[in-house]
Amino acid sequence: MIELDNVAMSYGGGELLSEISLQLAPGSFHFLTGPSGAGKTTFLKLCYAALMPTAGQVRLFGTDVRTMDRDDIALARRRIGVVHQDVQFLDHLPVADNVALPLTVSGRDTLDESVNLRELLSWVGLKARADALPPELSGGERQRAALARAVIMSPDVILADEPTGNIDWEMSQRLLQLLVELNRMGKTIMIATHDLNLIRAAKGQVQARVLRIAGRRLQLAGADL
Amino acid sequence: MTRPDLTQIAEFIVGDVQADRMVPPTGITARLTLLSAAAMAFLAVFALALSVATGRMADRWGDELARSSTLRISAPADQIDAQTQAALRVLEQTPGVASARALSDEEQRALLEPWFGPDLPVETLPIPQLIEVTETPDGYDAQGLRLRLSAEVPGAVLDDHTRWRRPLVDAASRLRLLGWVSILLIFGTMAAMITLAANAALAANAQVIAVLRLVGARDSYIAKAFVRRYTLRTLGGAAVGVAVGIAAILLLPSAQTAGGFLTGLGFGGAGWLLPLVIPPLAALVAFVATHMAAARTLRDLP
Ligand SMILES: Nc1ncnc2c1ncn2[C@@H]1O[C@H](COP(=O)(O)OP(=O)(O)OP(=O)(O)O)[C@@H](O)[C@H]1O
Ligand SMILES: [Mg+2]
Repeated sequence: MIELDNVAMSYGGGELLSEISLQLAPGSFHFLTGPSGAGKTTFLKLCYAALMPTAGQVRLFGTDVRTMDRDDIALARRRIGVVHQDVQFLDHLPVADNVALPLTVSGRDTLDESVNLRELLSWVGLKARADALPPELSGGERQRAALARAVIMSPDVILADEPTGNIDWEMSQRLLQLLVELNRMGKTIMIATHDLNLIRAAKGQVQARVLRIAGRRLQLAGADL
Repeated sequence: MTRPDLTQIAEFIVGDVQADRMVPPTGITARLTLLSAAAMAFLAVFALALSVATGRMADRWGDELARSSTLRISAPADQIDAQTQAALRVLEQTPGVASARALSDEEQRALLEPWFGPDLPVETLPIPQLIEVTETPDGYDAQGLRLRLSAEVPGAVLDDHTRWRRPLVDAASRLRLLGWVSILLIFGTMAAMITLAANAALAANAQVIAVLRLVGARDSYIAKAFVRRYTLRTLGGAAVGVAVGIAAILLLPSAQTAGGFLTGLGFGGAGWLLPLVIPPLAALVAFVATHMAAARTLRDLP
């Protein structure tokens, strides 16, 4: 699905990430940890072609991102659901429209999808807030709306960047639950977080691999969390 | 890209309601764009009218200049007929003269009427006899004709119109050129103004564009929302401007017979359709300008 082959990334200064190689297998569940500023968000941006690697090769669904044009990248993003660290919405449209945005922009905004939309909204517990505007949502509600938006296209891969960043433990658990359920449905999941408790909580429910960015490199963390 | 056919143009005008909602409405920029488009179209109508009118005038005068002249015979009353006959004979023999015709008393009276009133007794006044000379396309040798006339018809004066009409024709041609330059400048200004407005809208909606891009919208989808708005807005504004401009020209007081320059400002016959080209042309300018502005903005986004 997403493959990184000896990838390096720098923002112009020294290299932030070096010699990164990883293959996200279908149906796998990964955590990505590392200290703040280590490059977790940067790594995920490489995975949805918001950034181009400065060296090495990133392949999305078998295609080198360097050979993709802007339309190819747009099409690939429809198959990758992303929960961004700084979640942004169209603030003038209600939550329901924002969650349905990926459908709208890809021209799949049909009637039977509206049934799915309602189901999805109640699944993330936002049914009552469907008509609210994004600026009226709480932090946790924003995170859940972002997750709903990330999965509405039924993407093959879901990348979540600190999805539990500013919500309490109970809500974090609930969100994790949603992601675990998606994984059981066959989705490939990658969660960037520095919340070790969350990782521990997940380990009881799924076969999760934990990756750590340390010293610019990607390491597989031990099972001793 | 394939050539857009009519259904595509229709789709563009009807639009995608969903796509339209993606970009929040922009009150002040929208109104300003509409207003400026209307003002520019209004000016374009006048520039166009000026070009057309002066063009017509230059052509007409240029034509007459090239092909007609007047012979004036002033002589004592008892000689005037003889001299007229002599002059006509000379003219008939002159190469380059297509025809020559002495004006009748009625025609002379009609020419004088604006100055002296209808009851002028032409016959009793020592009015010179006028002979209208029409030239062949090659023209005649004015110098040679003058020499011959001075020998055979002492009272004849050849007025070949060139002296006083040439500067007028030159001025009219220059005015026509200025009119076309004005039209170019007007459309150029319109393009610049729409580019500025579109850039402002694109900048104000940077977050919207970024979000759309991140959820998998293609550049063309995002651009369309902006391009459509500005194109239709410009079309609407220009249509209003043209309507007001045409009305203003129709309301100009007319005094066609005097044939002055100002009163000639207007279109004739099918020429009235000419200003109708302005709104679609303005819309095209808006389309291209917004398209380029959007492409420039999107190119820098991940
Ligand atoms: N656009 C950018 N230009 C220059 N430097 C950047 C840019 N984005 C990020 N960085 C730098 O790259 C480093 C890694 O940033 P990144 O956002 O990937 O970290 P992170 O691991 O996600 O951190 P956090 O846990 O705080 O979210 C940081 O030092 C950051 O300042
Ligand atoms: Mg981060």
